[in-house]
Amino acid sequence: MEGKLKELIKLENITKSFDDTIVLDDLNLIVHENEFITLLGPSGCGKTTILRIIGGFESPDMGRVYFEGKDVTELSANKRNLNTVFQKYALFPHMNVRENIAFGLRIAGKSEKYIEDKIKYALKLVNLSGYEKRNIDKLSGGQQQRIAMARAIVNEPKVLLLDEPLGALDLKLRQEMQYELIRLKKELGITFIYVTHDQEEALTMSDKVIVMNDGYIQQMGTPEIIYNEPENAFVADFIGDSNIIDGIMIKDRLVVINGIEFPCVDEGFGNNKKVDVVIRPEDLLIGKSGEGKIEGLVLSRVFIGVHYEMVVEDTAGYQWLVQCYEKHDINEKVSLDVIPKNIQIMNKPTSADEEVLEIDI
Amino acid sequence: MRRYWKLIYKKSLASPFIVWIIAGTIIPILSIAYYGLTDRNGAFTFENIYAIFDKMHLQALWLSIVLAFISTVICFLISYPLALMLRSSKLGKKGLMLFIFILPMWMNFLLRTMAWQVLLEKNGVINSILSTIGLPPQEIINTPAAIVLGMVYDFLPFMILPIYNVLSKIDGQIIEAAYDLGANFKDVLLKVYLPLSIPGIASGITMVFVPSLTTFVISNILGGGKIYLIGNIIEQEFTVSSNWNLGAGLSLVMMVFILISMVFMEKFDKTGEDSFI
Repeated sequence: MEGKLKELIKLENITKSFDDTIVLDDLNLIVHENEFITLLGPSGCGKTTILRIIGGFESPDMGRVYFEGKDVTELSANKRNLNTVFQKYALFPHMNVRENIAFGLRIAGKSEKYIEDKIKYALKLVNLSGYEKRNIDKLSGGQQQRIAMARAIVNEPKVLLLDEPLGALDLKLRQEMQYELIRLKKELGITFIYVTHDQEEALTMSDKVIVMNDGYIQQMGTPEIIYNEPENAFVADFIGDSNIIDGIMIKDRLVVINGIEFPCVDEGFGNNKKVDVVIRPEDLLIGKSGEGKIEGLVLSRVFIGVHYEMVVEDTAGYQWLVQCYEKHDINEKVSLDVIPKNIQIMNKPTSADEEVLEIDI
Repeated sequence: MRRYWKLIYKKSLASPFIVWIIAGTIIPILSIAYYGLTDRNGAFTFENIYAIFDKMHLQALWLSIVLAFISTVICFLISYPLALMLRSSKLGKKGLMLFIFILPMWMNFLLRTMAWQVLLEKNGVINSILSTIGLPPQEIINTPAAIVLGMVYDFLPFMILPIYNVLSKIDGQIIEAAYDLGANFKDVLLKVYLPLSIPGIASGITMVFVPSLTTFVISNILGGGKIYLIGNIIEQEFTVSSNWNLGAGLSLVMMVFILISMVFMEKFDKTGEDSFI
């Protein structure tokens, strides 16, 4: 499928450091036309720096940035055909809604008639028709965010860069805006590059998620792949809750966890190899003692909306995070099991890898 | 009852301030008004006010306004780019540069001005340097230019600080947003920086224009007693001619000028705080 999409932005061997800290290290990334792509990672992982390099606010120490095949590494921000929606909206406080939205168009020297039409269209698109004359400080956070969006899209950019635009909004509004963003993206038919540390946001909206940590891309893929088949312990841990346990891959399709054998679907790890095993809390099947392979005791239980979340300690002393709809009492003896396809096997980072990492950093 | 006493107690905390206002502001202003509106015999008269229309006084007032205006403009032209540079420079360097510009303020005002006298004199430091490299000596001392130089040197920090203050509070994302929307530096300067820094510019202008308008020390030292600003005339009425009534009357006129300019600037200050479009 990706083969059909046109390549829009290409980052090649991007390296960037601030003072002595390397933020991005030899990073390569391709963004296709009309993609909703999300850079996801903890703070300080370099995701915002990538966005700023694409936007032209930072220049990389090494590497090139290509836009539609042209090298734009040296091009300043005001000459790039893309617009940014900033984290704190960054609306001009001395202008009203109309003047804010008209800013880019006025600079581009558009006619008043064109500007007027565009403002109407953009305000309608973000559901704020009739707000032209409002002052910025009379708007709520959500409204300011919509105006920031309108101000960016009237310029008809090929790419919209969004730097944690929902970070300052409350939960309810954030969820609303997520749907709004997906709708906008569909109506505009342009590329969105979205930066967030909120995994739920990333999974909900994106066509493609890029999980980052320490200046490296950890994994790239559709939300389903990122969630169901995390490539390493960091991704598994960062995306949702998981149980990450030491295991030994006896042979293809058979793994031993705490001395208990589990059939699984992974192959090619070799024989008797130490691995990390990831099992999502909702994939653990909890039943009466003796029903499953792992015996344990319920340590704690909280009700979190739809389901219960429990911690079950097994006979080997490992504490499993379990999510299920049934209620089990604390200190109740239970058993846990998991079907083969829900066991995710990952290579342990080898000591050689770690050494390389340390040299890099 | 208890609350009542508490209120009295709280209000009494303001008493030093009230005493200060009465002793330091109200009594002096009233006594200037008294002297200004009476003649030597204590009879009521407007003569001291009308004295501003005397040709010599009008000339001095006009020269004061012109020189104060010029030095305010020069201060602004120096301060704004500097404050912009300070805003974008790194933290440590920022502190050092601000420090360098504020450092002269720690020296006595008179000394600072007299230092310029030494530099500008006919056989002063600047002219001796000029003559050693074979250039003709310049007549700078005792000219209006020397007075403007002194005003700019003495009052520059009062322009830099308020402008730097508002500029440094402008969110960097707003500036980036302007560039992002296609603006070049000129657009950003005219459409974002300047409108957002109007409150600082207004208070900077007030803080340079008002003392420049009323100064007599700078014109005394660098004007060689030959160039009369309105400040010099008022000073001489008090010291040399001992005509307190005339001096007070002219002071009242100046006060009106200053009040007008401050009201004018205050308006800009306010509009800058609200949205001004």
